Amino acid sequence: MSGITDLLSVHPVLQGLAPAFLNHIAECAHQREIPAGTQILTEGDTASHFFLIRTGKVALQTSSPSTKVETFQTLGGSDFIGVSWLAPPYRLAFDAVAMTDVSAIMFDARCLRAKCENDHALGYALMQVFVPAIIERLKCARLKALDLYAVTNP
Amino acid sequence: MTTAHAKTIFTSEPFIPSWAKVASIYAEMGNAWTLQFEVPEGQDVPTFQPGQFAMLYAFGIGEAAISHSGSAAPRESLRFTIRPTGATTCALTRLSVGDTVGIRGPFGRGWPLEQAQDRDLIIMAGGLGLAPIRPVLKNIQMARTSPRRTALIYGARQPEHILYRDEFDDWAASGVEVHQIVDRATGAWDGAVGLVTHLVPKVSLDFENMVAFLCGPEVMMRFSAIALEDAGLPAERIWLSMERNMKCAIGHCGHCQFGPAFVCKEGPVFRFDQIRTNLFCKEI
Ligand SMILES: Cc1cc2nc3c(=O)[nH]c(=O)nc-3n(C[C@H](O)[C@H](O)[C@H](O)COP(=O)(O)OP(=O)(O)OC[C@H]3O[C@@H](n4cnc5c(N)ncnc54)[C@H](O)[C@@H]3O)c2cc1C
Repeated sequence: MSGITDLLSVHPVLQGLAPAFLNHIAECAHQREIPAGTQILTEGDTASHFFLIRTGKVALQTSSPSTKVETFQTLGGSDFIGVSWLAPPYRLAFDAVAMTDVSAIMFDARCLRAKCENDHALGYALMQVFVPAIIERLKCARLKALDLYAVTNP
Repeated sequence: MTTAHAKTIFTSEPFIPSWAKVASIYAEMGNAWTLQFEVPEGQDVPTFQPGQFAMLYAFGIGEAAISHSGSAAPRESLRFTIRPTGATTCALTRLSVGDTVGIRGPFGRGWPLEQAQDRDLIIMAGGLGLAPIRPVLKNIQMARTSPRRTALIYGARQPEHILYRDEFDDWAASGVEVHQIVDRATGAWDGAVGLVTHLVPKVSLDFENMVAFLCGPEVMMRFSAIALEDAGLPAERIWLSMERNMKCAIGHCGHCQFGPAFVCKEGPVFRFDQIRTNLFCKEI
């Protein structure tokens, strides 16, 4: 487990998390090497895993008949994907596709939720990690909804 | 207008436009046109400072403030990129080679290039906001301004709307660290998708000794200025180019008033700490 704990301790998303908590959540984590082009997460699926990206690039996508596949955010080495693991109904809202080879740490969401349930201090610490990032993504979504760079004709 | 008026494009007679002929016009990506003008024999073309603007007059229709997007090279001294948003800009983008417009300027205070000398420079531009930034990048290419290092973060709505797309490689070749990001992408785009602010942590510059030039939609500039401040850059080293509806362009009429300042005269480039209150005040 110490190998995974070491990887977790240097990941930017988890900076500030106490070593005891890192050891604890490492029990739910596995290292994953994901080839470019792999669909990592699929819209509508149960959020059974979430991933800390170590290296590589991932596209968050959705599709519609008019736009086909549309990428609305790319994430890289200091990000995570699969945030739906945190809150009911634990269902993924978007697809995530590896744009390059990706090295990631994959967490079993059920294992992690059980640990948070049993240790509220850990749950609170993880909320402090994820909530700012979720707020940042919400801000990003709202700004995009404003369509700041629209180039419409008069 | 008589040719007696047409000597120098704005020195002592700021209200009297001179003539310029369209030398070339071509469509950019994202609903914008770049026009290059030439002036009749005997007229001087005044040098502009990067970040300054001119008033372009579509005869019989109206005048609009348009940023200089050219360089210090003689043939680029009257180059503008225009997006048709109203009567004047629509008329200007429908001109043909040989057509004539009125032109006044250059006006306003441009980018404080001396602040970037021997410091790192981060440029954050969005959409058509790259137009007033282009002269800065051309200056760097021509070694007329020498920041220690320069990074450009450019945001556009989608890959097909990236302005001056053929020039990014040249800027990169002249040492500029170039980052592009779009709001949404389909197809073959393998670059970044998200907000310009996401790229701030990716920039390998020295925030301790850096200046920032921001140009784009006002909301984008507000968020970018805050992101830079949060990353450790003091507000007094962040500069923004503001836009307000403009008429006289010489600080008389008050159309472009922005709190106590006139954008045409004290701006369009302002220091963040000096306009901060008004920037976050609605309907100013
Ligand atoms: C310093 C500076 C530099 C600029 N540089 C460029 C440039 O490089 N390229 C470029 O394309 N543009 C530039 N602009 C913007 C350009 O000057 C304006 O868009 C200008 O208003 C266009 O004139 P128009 O007659 O074509 O359109 P306008 O009739 O002025 O309309 C332009 C837009 O404003 C809206 N509008 C008009 N009047 C009002 C009102 N009273 N209240 C609310 N909305 C209104 C219209 O609906 C339209 O969307 C710059 C502006 C400034 C101040």
